[in-house]
Amino acid sequence: MRIAVLALQGDFAEHEAVFHRLGIPTCQLRQKSDLELDFDALVLPGGESTVQGKLLRELEMFERVRSLIKEGLPVMATCAGSILLAEQLLDDPTVHLGTMGITVRRNAYGRQLSSFHTVGDFAGIKDVPMSFIRAPQIESCTSDVEILAGYNGQITAARQENQLAMTFHPELGTDCRIAEYFLSEML
Amino acid sequence: MRNEQYELNCNLAQMLKGGVIMDVTTPEQAKIAEDAGACAVMALERIPADIRAAGGVSRMSDPGMIRGIQEAVSIPVMAKCRIGHIAEARILEAIEIDYIDESEVLSPADDIYHVDKRAFKVPFVCGARDLGEALRRINEGAAMIRTKGEPGTGDVVQAVRHMRKMTQEIRRVANMAEDELYEAAKQLQVPFDLLQYVHENGKLPVVNFAAGGVATPADAALMMLLGAEGVFVGSGIFKSGDPAKRAAAIVKAVTNYQDYGMLAELSCGLGEAMVGINPAEIKIIMEERGI
Repeated sequence: MRIAVLALQGDFAEHEAVFHRLGIPTCQLRQKSDLELDFDALVLPGGESTVQGKLLRELEMFERVRSLIKEGLPVMATCAGSILLAEQLLDDPTVHLGTMGITVRRNAYGRQLSSFHTVGDFAGIKDVPMSFIRAPQIESCTSDVEILAGYNGQITAARQENQLAMTFHPELGTDCRIAEYFLSEML
Repeated sequence: MRNEQYELNCNLAQMLKGGVIMDVTTPEQAKIAEDAGACAVMALERIPADIRAAGGVSRMSDPGMIRGIQEAVSIPVMAKCRIGHIAEARILEAIEIDYIDESEVLSPADDIYHVDKRAFKVPFVCGARDLGEALRRINEGAAMIRTKGEPGTGDVVQAVRHMRKMTQEIRRVANMAEDELYEAAKQLQVPFDLLQYVHENGKLPVVNFAAGGVATPADAALMMLLGAEGVFVGSGIFKSGDPAKRAAAIVKAVTNYQDYGMLAELSCGLGEAMVGINPAEIKIIMEERGI
């Protein structure tokens, strides 16, 4: 088994480190030819969605990544990654991959001074550390999307079949339980 | 030291990794930078090359001008305060800047003390020429480090020298015996616990970008090959013939810095690069400020 991590920009190395701690090999997707590699799941890391979305298109990776997800490739997206998956962004006409039935607001909490850390439950897993860095918010979702975590009444993690989107960063720190959930429940 | 806010500030730098942070002086330039794929912009009134040309004292930019740039883009906005200028830093925090660069590019306000960055909620990035400078700034509360390079020259030699020195010293510390660390901390003039972190992890405790003199996609790729986790481009973009094209090419070069065929394509037809000046020809050596 091998997990591919979109490595165009952002904290892809932190995601890889989590899987390495679990003994799972990873590979980086930096350009079109990397999509020919063998992998069983995809991670869309945190970072700047504007940069990642632009590079996905300009490096001609967009269509292939989109069809892989549509064909059922398990995908785990954090922060910017959830913006890439969203079928709609609030106050922004941009749609990136648009494969998941969620509507997302970018920079929903404000600038860096409003970034925060909390602890919460995720799909029955207790006390998961959650850091929100200039985080987006999942404002609404379609009826077939399962809500896995929330904070102050807002959705912070959601799943639609093969797609898992989070507005926080489970890859920061040493808690690997969300990656373990992804591996055991979605692969 | 590593309280929750500091951790969040280090985390924001982690999100910028693999990206390019661009100097901009107007909302229009900020938009061009964002559209070209900048992961953040540095808002300032004059880019380093023009600061050199103008001479005199250079200070924090007009907060009104910085606000204009904050409104123009959705990516993080950084701004510079003078070394040791506590009040400028507080003003930038008050307008909710995403990162403060306590920068040697501006005229230092204090020739002995840096800002006590631990007293702030907002994150700071600081320049460093070697491991000692980097760990002293981190000890003061910097959540991100960049090489100093020699800003506004378009000459990458100093950034290379600083990045090489930093990584050499990190390797040396990583290979030391435990009981040698005390003497090394004394020599480097840094706190023992930070040096111990470097010894155990073989890297700085915060993200480390390259800055100062990067002018081409090849320069950016060079800095990534030398171990930078991302790149600041100051004068190199908006002092060149075709800023949008050059900016986009540098962004792609940072992502695919090991694909030399792609770097060749990215380096084609970019128009005039900034003219550049040789550090031997300049009077003000910014890298010697704040050590």
